[in-house]
Amino acid sequence: MEASAAGQMRVTPERRPALVRLGRGLLNGSLKLYAGLAILYLLFPIFVIIAFSFNDTRSRFNFVWQGFTTKHWQNPFGVPGLGEALLNSIEIAVLSTIVATALGTLMALALVRYQFSGRAPVNFFIFLPLASPEVVLGAALLSLFLSVGVNTGFGTIFIAHVMFNVSFVVVTVRSRLIGFDRHLEEAAQDLGANAVQTFMRVTLPLIAPGVLAGGLLAFALSIDDFVITNFNAGSTVTFPLFVYGAARVSIPPQVNVLATMIFLFTLALMLATVWQQRRAERMAAMRPEEAVAA
Amino acid sequence: MAARLRGRRGWLPWALLAPGLAWLLVFFAVPLYYMAKVSLEEGSIDTGYRFTWHFANYADSISNYSEQFLRSFLYGGIATVLALLIAYPLAYAIAFHGGRWRNAMLLAVIAPFFTTYLIRTLAWQTIFDDASPVVDALKFVGAIPQDGRVLATAGSVIAGITYNFLPFMILPLYASLERIDKRMLEAAYDLYAKRRDVVRRVVIPLSAPGIVAGTLLTFIPSVGDYINAQLLGTPRQAMIGNVIQSRFLEITDYPTAAALSFVLMAIILVLVGIWARVAGTEALMGAEAS
Repeated sequence: MEASAAGQMRVTPERRPALVRLGRGLLNGSLKLYAGLAILYLLFPIFVIIAFSFNDTRSRFNFVWQGFTTKHWQNPFGVPGLGEALLNSIEIAVLSTIVATALGTLMALALVRYQFSGRAPVNFFIFLPLASPEVVLGAALLSLFLSVGVNTGFGTIFIAHVMFNVSFVVVTVRSRLIGFDRHLEEAAQDLGANAVQTFMRVTLPLIAPGVLAGGLLAFALSIDDFVITNFNAGSTVTFPLFVYGAARVSIPPQVNVLATMIFLFTLALMLATVWQQRRAERMAAMRPEEAVAA
Repeated sequence: MAARLRGRRGWLPWALLAPGLAWLLVFFAVPLYYMAKVSLEEGSIDTGYRFTWHFANYADSISNYSEQFLRSFLYGGIATVLALLIAYPLAYAIAFHGGRWRNAMLLAVIAPFFTTYLIRTLAWQTIFDDASPVVDALKFVGAIPQDGRVLATAGSVIAGITYNFLPFMILPLYASLERIDKRMLEAAYDLYAKRRDVVRRVVIPLSAPGIVAGTLLTFIPSVGDYINAQLLGTPRQAMIGNVIQSRFLEITDYPTAAALSFVLMAIILVLVGIWARVAGTEALMGAEAS
């Protein structure tokens, strides 16, 4: 690799350290400037959302800045149906995250740890929902419910959310499982632990960061989902569905207040997880001899 | 180890897979079968739909909505290229020059996901509004004409799609760039490679799995999206997702909507297959495993 690359590269007879250094410095500087601007671009809509939760809007829509007020924050659930929609979203997100994370973790364990015929087709089958546009997933599921005669509502939203989350959990947990040191399990079994004890006391704590990452992703995707939910919601309204309905008639600033709350809550959850994970990784990386030395 | 496990308890992996596979079979594979059936039905919502192998639904849906199909792939393609151009230098900067800011920058990349997708798009509606200072600034620098507008144009729809799926491009790119052995770059510099050559001949080839994964993860949802076209565009910017959504949920013309969904899925799978062939299946599988 290096040899062929070197063969193709132009070899300059002399280097000009000062100029090169200046050039590199300028490039690095502009790269950092660009990175800063790109990050600002990514965060800009979030600033807008938070700012407009304080907008003293007098029209039905909340698009033009009209002055600062905290009255929406004092009355975040003052819009009929908004609180109920948020509650539905949270309930569905919690339930579907638990089920999808359990199913997906078991599948990831099977795929990483066992060689069996049929593994490649199973991998491909799990990949398929990720490669399908949401509108297709939603339309297909509604075709099933219509054909079989199931009334759409809370239950069908739950089913849909588990369906699209399972593959995401498998992919996330699987990537974390690949570096797993299986000797630890063998050691536990050599010391007389049975299969269940080994799983509960050794395997699960070690794969916990991966499972947690998969679960967080599932929760975020579920609470945010609009397209698939819209197809299978019936008369049940989730937070995104409420916003969609409101976007056609009038958008109360309370929507921005709740969006800001969800943002802050998820951010806090994320920071707590990162912190916890770092601790877990430090502990997992510790070898017995290091522990003795430390 | 693996051989021992296979011989002794070959049923175990299947037992672990069973619940999840069952869920995907019943609520992903079986629905596709029912949608295939619906796509071949004939009739109307008042008289009821009957299954008649009505293949004309496919021919009709392609000829009636070829414009929206083309627009979807055009907008999705442009958004994917823009996302790659915006994301690559950022991912590169985070991976190679992030320093102690690396984790904070990664958090900023996924932060948009912490706000609801629809509300993020509504925020762009605010930003692109005719009365918005951002639009005034664009007029001032001459990016758009004085009487021009941003909202309700193809530009605002593409901008919305690009923004909304950008993290799906940045994260796989970052993951593959971060994995590059820094000694490779040093070796290239030691062999008198210029920075441009190092980027072109070492960094970009080694990050190919990330490029493949990122473009796929961005392109697929972009093509199927209808929220951006709905909130930032007009019916003249309607994409195929808008048609499927309104046919299915508003007009209740289920057969057409089902046929359109299958055509969309088929085109995407063919394009993904071609892309995988061009980029190399190795890159695709490597990306998929990460």
